[in-house]
Amino acid sequence: MNPFSYVRPNSLKAAIEAMARDHSARFIAGGTNLLDLMKNGVALPEKLIDINQLPLREIRQDGNTLHIGALVLNSDLAAHDLVKTQHPLLSEALLAGASQQLRNMATVGGNMMQRTRCSYFYDTSMPCNKRQPNSGCGATGGINRMHAIFGASDNCIAVHPSDMCVALAALDATVLVAGPKGERRIPFTDFHRLPGNTPQLDNNLAKNELITAVEIPPHPFTKHTCYLKVRDRASYAFALVSVAVAMDISDNVIRNVRIAMGGVAHKPWRLPDAEKALTGKTPTSDNFRLAANIAIQGAKTYAHNGFKKELAFNSIQTALLKAATA
Amino acid sequence: MKKQQTGQPMNRVDGRLKVTGGAKYFADHQPADMQYAALVCSTISCGAIAGINATKALRAPGVVDVVSHLNAPPVPGYKKTTPGNKNGLQIFRDNRIYSNGQPVAIVVANTLERAVYAASLVEVQYNQETHYTNMEASMDKAFQNNRMKDYSRGEINAWQKAPVTHSAQYTIPLEVHNPMELAGIIAHWTTPDNLTLYAKTQGVKSVQETIQELFEIPEQNITVHSRFVGGAFGMALRVWPLEIATILAAKKIRKPVKLVITREQMFTLVGYRPNSSQKISMGATPDGKLTGITHEAVAITSPYEDFTEGIVAMTKFMYDCPNVNTRYQLVPLNMSTPIWMRGPGEATGSFALESAIDELSYKLKIDPLQLRILNHADTDPERNLPFSSKYLKEAYQIGAEKIGWSSRNPVPRSMQENGMLVGYGMSSGTFGAYRGKATVSAILKSDGTLTLQSAAADIGPGTATAMVQIAADVTGITPDKITFMLGESTFPYAPEQGGSATVSTVGSAVSDVCHALLKELANLAISQVPAFKQTTPELIIYEDGQLITADRQTKITHEALLQQQKLPEVKVTATSQGGDERKKYSMYSFSVHFAKVHVHPATGVVRIQHIVSVADAGAIVNTKTARSQMIGGVVGGIGMALTEEAILDHRFGRFINNNYADYHVPVNADTPPTDVYFVNKKDPHINPMGSKGLGEIALIGFAAAVSNAVFHATGIRVRDLPITPDKLLHIASTENATT
Repeated sequence: MNPFSYVRPNSLKAAIEAMARDHSARFIAGGTNLLDLMKNGVALPEKLIDINQLPLREIRQDGNTLHIGALVLNSDLAAHDLVKTQHPLLSEALLAGASQQLRNMATVGGNMMQRTRCSYFYDTSMPCNKRQPNSGCGATGGINRMHAIFGASDNCIAVHPSDMCVALAALDATVLVAGPKGERRIPFTDFHRLPGNTPQLDNNLAKNELITAVEIPPHPFTKHTCYLKVRDRASYAFALVSVAVAMDISDNVIRNVRIAMGGVAHKPWRLPDAEKALTGKTPTSDNFRLAANIAIQGAKTYAHNGFKKELAFNSIQTALLKAATA
Repeated sequence: MKKQQTGQPMNRVDGRLKVTGGAKYFADHQPADMQYAALVCSTISCGAIAGINATKALRAPGVVDVVSHLNAPPVPGYKKTTPGNKNGLQIFRDNRIYSNGQPVAIVVANTLERAVYAASLVEVQYNQETHYTNMEASMDKAFQNNRMKDYSRGEINAWQKAPVTHSAQYTIPLEVHNPMELAGIIAHWTTPDNLTLYAKTQGVKSVQETIQELFEIPEQNITVHSRFVGGAFGMALRVWPLEIATILAAKKIRKPVKLVITREQMFTLVGYRPNSSQKISMGATPDGKLTGITHEAVAITSPYEDFTEGIVAMTKFMYDCPNVNTRYQLVPLNMSTPIWMRGPGEATGSFALESAIDELSYKLKIDPLQLRILNHADTDPERNLPFSSKYLKEAYQIGAEKIGWSSRNPVPRSMQENGMLVGYGMSSGTFGAYRGKATVSAILKSDGTLTLQSAAADIGPGTATAMVQIAADVTGITPDKITFMLGESTFPYAPEQGGSATVSTVGSAVSDVCHALLKELANLAISQVPAFKQTTPELIIYEDGQLITADRQTKITHEALLQQQKLPEVKVTATSQGGDERKKYSMYSFSVHFAKVHVHPATGVVRIQHIVSVADAGAIVNTKTARSQMIGGVVGGIGMALTEEAILDHRFGRFINNNYADYHVPVNADTPPTDVYFVNKKDPHINPMGSKGLGEIALIGFAAAVSNAVFHATGIRVRDLPITPDKLLHIASTENATT
C-alpha cells in the first residue's frame, strides 16, 4: 500500500470538489474492495475521500419508486421491509453475495463500483489490460474458468462480480449520480460497460462523478422471483453463473418477465430476447428450455469455461421453474 | 472412589484464554524496540537475481535495512554444504531462483506499513530461465530415491489375470494448509550469540535444533517460545526460509524483528500438499476376493529437496490381498518444497484406493461395504504381524447403522429427494499409531498443585487438556490443581506435534512421570511418616491429592507431606518411550466415513447432507476435544473432496487463486450435521493409556466417501478432485434437467 492522504467531507459538494482537485483520488465508503486493491498495489490512490459522512443512507418510498441511498449497507438493504416485500429478488441477490461480515460494510454504491475478481487483474506481476492498458490479457490464454462467455473482447474477458447488480439490472433500476456539472440519471443496464477496447473502464461514470442513489420503479414482481447462484462453495464464493428471474404470471400466462445473469459478462447480462420469447407464453418446462436456448446463443467460451454455456442453459431453466412455482 | 478423568468430555483448560484473547500467539509478543519486516518475493520461477536496487526503499520513511544475498550476515551452517545440492532452500546464500514467490529480500522498518510500502519499492532484475511447474508435462523428470523403493508381495501386476478388474487414474490438485494464523516469527538476538524466538511451530525443540545447526551456537543459547499456535495442519513442522531471513535481518540490525507473511505468501513459503496422479489397478474373483492390487503414484517436489510421504502406504496392508505392488515417484518442479498436510500421503492414497474399491464393487455387483468386509485384513499382510488392536469391522457396523446404509438403493442415480439426486458413499482410512520418545517434568508444590512441563506443542487438538486428564488419573490429583505447560524450548524434550502421536508420546511420558512422582511421595511417606512405615509404594492408595494406607485408616495430603518435611516442592523428571512392542505388532488407527449427498441435477452442485465418521483410535482421552478434532478433519476432507485447489498458471509459474476468496476452504454452509462415533476400546499394547492417534484418520479416506456418494447419486465417477459443479454438468444432458 502506498502512502495516501485522507479527507472526510461533510457535503456532496465538498466531496466532488475534493475529487476534482486530485487526479489520483478515490472515494471510499465500505472499502471492502478498494482496500484489497490498495494492498495488492492494483489501486494506488494518493488521496482517499471518505464519503461516509454524506447523507446518502436513506431508503424511502418516492411515490411508487423505491429510493435507495448510495451509502445504504448491503445487509441493511437486504433486510429492509420495503425491499423484502416489493423487491424480494434484490434481497435474495444481496444475501447471495459475499459474507455477512462483508455485507455489513459494503454499500450499494461500492457494490456497483467493485472491480472484477480476475486473478490477472489482481497480480501486478502478470499482464492485464484492465489494470495496465496494452499489457495484454492474462486470462485469454491463461486460466479462465471464471471468465466471461458473453460480450467479451480480445482485450478483456473479465466478469463483473456483483450479485446485487444482476438483480438491479433485471428490475430496470436507475442510477443517480452527481458531479461538478450537477446531477444525472443513468439506466442501470447502461451503467456498466462491456470491455471493448477500453477494458480499464468498468462503467460510464465520469471522473469526479459520485453515485448518490439507486431507484427501482414499481413492478409486479413480488411473487415469482428467483435468484439462483451456482458457485464452488456454499457461501462466500463468486458465481460461476447466477440467474435473476422475476415474472408476473396470471391465468397461467407469463405477462411480464425479466431475466439477467451474473458471472458471464463484464456487466450484468440482461436477456431481452429470452424475455421476449417468454412473454405471453405459458410457464412450462418446454417454454423455459426454449428461452434458455435463446439466451445462450452467441456464447463464446475459452479453454476452461466451456462448461458455463451448459451451466447457463441449465441454470436459466432451473431459475425460471423455481420462480414460476414460487 | 476417584472419578476417572480420561474418557470424559472435559473442557479445554485454555479455552477461556483462547476465546477471551488472553492466549498470546507468536505475533502478539512485543519485545522492546521491535522492528517490522516484509518480504520481497521472486516474480520469476527459475533463474538468477541479476541485481537488486534498494535505493528507493532505503530512502522511504522509517526503513532500517534491506537484507538480501548481497548483504546478509553469513549463515555458518551453509558452509557444511555445497550449494545446489538438495540442501533445501538456503535463503540469501546466493542469487539462484528456484520457484516463484521465493524470498529475494527482507525489508525492515519501524512500522509494518512502512516495511510493506518499502518492500514495494525494491527493484529486482532477473536473468530468467525456462521453468517447469506442470507435472503432467514433466513426467520425463520422474525419479525415485531410496525412501520410496518399489514394493511388492506375491506376483507383480497379478490384477491383470483376475476375472474382474478395475484400473483408473486419480488426480488430486495442490492443496494449501491455510490455517487462519499466518506464518512468521519474531527473532531477537539478545547478545551476538544468544537468540530468542517467538515462533509458530509444531515443535520448539526441532526449531532449536535447526537453528543450532545453521548458526552454530549452543543449544541453551537459543530460546524458542510457542505456547499457542493458531492452526498449522503440518505447515509448521519445520523451520522455513522466511524464518531464517528474519533471524538474519535481526542479526544484521541488532534489534528484534517481527515478520508475519501475507496470505498470498502462505501459498509459496510454507509448503503444501503436493499435487499427485495415481493409477490404481485391482482384480478380484467374481465373488469379491481381491487377487491383486497395483498402485503407482507420482507427486511433485521442489528442485532442492525430495519430499516423500505415505501415498502408497495404505495399499500395502489395508486389504487381505496376496499380490500387491506399488511404485512411488517424484517429479521435481520449480516450486517450493511440499510438507505434510493433515492426513498427509495417506489422505492422498486413500482417495485413489477407496475410490477404486468402490468402483470395483459396482463391477462385482457387491455392496461396497460388504466388499471391504470380505477383504478385511485380520492381520497385517505387509509385515505379517498381528495388529495391536483393530476394530475396523465394528466401526463399519456403527457407521452403516447411523447413516442408514441398509435403506440405500444400491443402483446409481436411483434415489431422489426434493428434486435432488441422493447418494450414499463410504470409505475407510488408516494411519500408523505411533509412539515416540518424550520427557516430562512433574513439580508438586507444597500447596498441593502439580505442574507438568514438556516442550510439546498444541496446534489445536487440546494437548494440555488431555495431559491434565492423564495426570489426574495416575496421581489422583483433581484436574483443577494440575497445569500442563508446553511450547517452551527450556522444557524437557518432546517431539513435534505431527503424525497423530502427541497423546501417545507425551501422554505416556506424563503417565510415567506421574507414577515416578507417586513413588517419590510414597518413599517420602514411608521414611518420614510413622503410619506409613510398614507399607510399600504399591500398597498405597492415591486419591484426591492424598496418600492413603491400604486399610484406609491413615491419610496424608500432599500438602501436609511436603510441609512436614519443609519441602517447597518435589520435582521428578522422566523420559518415556515404547519397548519392543512395535516389533511384535502392527499399530494403526482406523476410520470409517459415511456421507449422504444431494446433487442438483441441473447445476451439478453437491451439498453434503449428513456425515457419520467413526474412529477406531483406541481409548479416547477426551471425548469432547476428540470429537472436535474429528469434525475438523471432516471439514478438511470436505475441502479436499469438493472445494480446495490451488491453481497455477504454468506460463508464469504463479498461483492465480492465492487468497481466501478464491482458494475455497469450506465454510460453515458447506458443513452438514456431522456425527462422530468412537469404538473407544483400549489398544492393549501401544502405550499406558491404550490410545492410538486421531488427527490424521479424521481426514484420511473422507474425500473418497464423498466421491463415492456422488457416483451413487449421479452415476458419474469423478476421479479428479475437487468435485466442482462443472464436473457433474453432463448429468443434465443425459436426462431432462428440470424434473
